[in-house]
Amino acid sequence: MDMKASKKKLGLKEKYAHMTRGLGWETSYQPMDKVFPQATFEGIKIHDWDKWEDPFRLTMDAYWKYQAEKERKLYAVLDAFAQNNGHLGITDARYLNAVKLFLTGISPLEYVAHRGFAAAGRNFPGVGPRVACLMQSVDEVRHAQTQIHALSNYNKHYDGFHDFKHMLERVWYLSVPKSFFDDAFSAGPFEWMIAIGFSFEYVLTNLLFVPFMSGAAYNGDMATVTFGFSAQSDEARHMTLGLECIKFMLEQDPDNLPIVQKWIDKWAWRGIRVLTLVGMMMDYMLPKRVMSWKEAWEIYFEQNGGALFNDLAKYGIKVPECLTQCTEDKEHVSHQAWATFYQYGGAAAFHTWMPNDEEMDWLSAKYPNTFDKYYRARFTHWRDEAEKGNRFYTNTLPMLCQVCQIPMLFTEPGDPTKICYRESEYQGEKYHTCSDGCKHIFDDEPEKYIQAWLPVHQIYQGNCFPEGTDPTAEGFDPLAAVLDWYHFNNGKDNMDFEGSRDQANFAMWRGMATKNT
Amino acid sequence: MSKVFIAFQLNEETRPIIEAVLADNPHAVAVDSPAMVKIDAEGELVIKRESIEALIGRSFDLQELQINLITISGHLDEDDDEFRLSWPK
Repeated sequence: MDMKASKKKLGLKEKYAHMTRGLGWETSYQPMDKVFPQATFEGIKIHDWDKWEDPFRLTMDAYWKYQAEKERKLYAVLDAFAQNNGHLGITDARYLNAVKLFLTGISPLEYVAHRGFAAAGRNFPGVGPRVACLMQSVDEVRHAQTQIHALSNYNKHYDGFHDFKHMLERVWYLSVPKSFFDDAFSAGPFEWMIAIGFSFEYVLTNLLFVPFMSGAAYNGDMATVTFGFSAQSDEARHMTLGLECIKFMLEQDPDNLPIVQKWIDKWAWRGIRVLTLVGMMMDYMLPKRVMSWKEAWEIYFEQNGGALFNDLAKYGIKVPECLTQCTEDKEHVSHQAWATFYQYGGAAAFHTWMPNDEEMDWLSAKYPNTFDKYYRARFTHWRDEAEKGNRFYTNTLPMLCQVCQIPMLFTEPGDPTKICYRESEYQGEKYHTCSDGCKHIFDDEPEKYIQAWLPVHQIYQGNCFPEGTDPTAEGFDPLAAVLDWYHFNNGKDNMDFEGSRDQANFAMWRGMATKNT
Repeated sequence: MSKVFIAFQLNEETRPIIEAVLADNPHAVAVDSPAMVKIDAEGELVIKRESIEALIGRSFDLQELQINLITISGHLDEDDDEFRLSWPK
C-alpha cells in the first residue's frame, strides 16, 4: 500500500533559519572579540551578521544527502572507467598532458581551499557564513580526493602523475597557482572570501570547469569530465557564497567600499594571470577543441563578468582598471604561454609539441588578428627544426614576476613583439613584475611580496638540488640536479611528446585493444 | 539587460528539468555543448517545482537540482516552490 506521509514539514526558509541562526550563540566565558580575533583587523565593518543569508538555503542534513548522491554517481563512473580500460578511449595521448597539469597544478589547490574555508568559517562571527564556509570546506576536500582518485587510474599507465604533492612545493610553473592560494590564505578572512569566494569562484572557475570539462568529454575522458562536473555542481553554491559575501560587505557599511574595490582589482588580476595556464590547455593541449580560449573568455568573462559588474555598480563598485588590458591579451596569452612551455619542455613534468597544420589552421581561424601575424611563423620554424632533429630546448632560466610568479612572457600593451616588464624599488632592492597589474599589487604591499619563494631565484641560490649535491664537481649538470630534486623522471616525464614513452605505450595498448595479436 | 544562465549535465535526470525550464521561460535559449547544456535568459529565469513534477510523475525537491547542476549566473532566490535567478532591473 502506498502511504503518503503528510507533507507538512518545515519549509525551506524555516528550516534554514533553525539550522543556522538557531545554532549560534554569544560566548560568555570569553568576550566575542577575543574568540574572533581576525574579524576586525582588515578594516571591514559589520553591524548585523544576521543580514547574511545563503540563497540556496542549504542545511547540513540536505547537504550530506545530496553530496552522498553525487559521490555514488561519480565513483560508479570511475569504477566503470577503470574496469573498461577507459584510458584507451581518449582521442590522443597528447590529451593526457592537460590532465597532468590539472593534477599537479589544480588538485592540490582544492586541498588548500579546504583548509582556507575551514579557517574562514572559524574566523567569522556570523552563523550564516560559518555554515556556508563549513560546507565549502568539505566540498573542497571532496574535490581534492575525487580528482586524485580519478587521476590515479592514469598513474598506473602514464608518466608524470606520480608525485604531485612534492612537485607543487618546488616546480617553477606550479609556483604560479600555489602562490595565488598562499597569497590569499595569508590574508585575513574577508580578503580570502574576495580572493577565492568571489574572484576565483564567481568570476573565474567557470572558465576552468565548464569549457575545459566539456572539452574533456569531447576528448573521451569520462573520468575527468565526471569529477569535473561533480566538482562544478558544488561551485554553483561557491559562486553564490562569493557573490553573497561581496553584497553583504557592501551593504553593511559604506566604509567597506574602497577596501572591497581594492581587493576586487587585485584578485581579478591575480586570477586572470593564473588562468593563462587554462588558456593554453584549451587552445593547445586538447586534441579535439570545444571552443577557443578567446571564445570562452568572451562568454564567461566578458558577458558574465560584465553582467556582474553592471549589478555591483549600484554599490559604487567599478570595473577593475586592469581589465582593459585583458581585451588585448585574450588574443595572445595562450600562444605566448605555449611557446614558453615548448621552449622549457625539458623542465616540465608533461610533454609539449607543436601543433600540426590542421591545428594551426584552427588557431588561425579562431585568432584572425594575431595567430598568423605573430605566432605561426615561429611555430612552423620550431616544428621544421624538430623534424630535422633539432628540437629546440632553451637552457637558460627565465625571470619571474615577483607577484604572479609567471615567467616574463607577456608582451607590452600595444606591442606584441616586445616583452613587458616593470620595475619597483623597495628598501634599496629592485623587484620585477610582468605587468602594470602586478606592479600595482606589489607596490601596495611590498613587504608581503618581497618574501615570495621564486623558483628561479632559488635555483640560482643553490637551494634546489638534492641534499649532498656538489655543484662544483666536474661535469655537474644543474638542470638534471634540479629535475632530480623535483622528482621528475628525466627523459620520461619531460621533453617532446614525439618519441615519448606515453606516445609509444598508448599506440601499443590501443593496438592491443583492437587486435588479437 | 544582462543575461542570467544555468547549466546542467546532460543525462536522463536533467532531460525533464530542461524541458520544464524551457517551457516556463519562453525567452530562454538552450545551448548544447558536449555533455552539458547551458540555458541563457535575459534578466530572469525561473525553475518551478510543479512543472518538473508534472513531467516526471513524482514529487520533486528543488534541492535535487544540485546533483546535476554545473553553474549559474545571477542572484539566486530559492524556496520550496521556485528556484529563481535574476539580475535586478
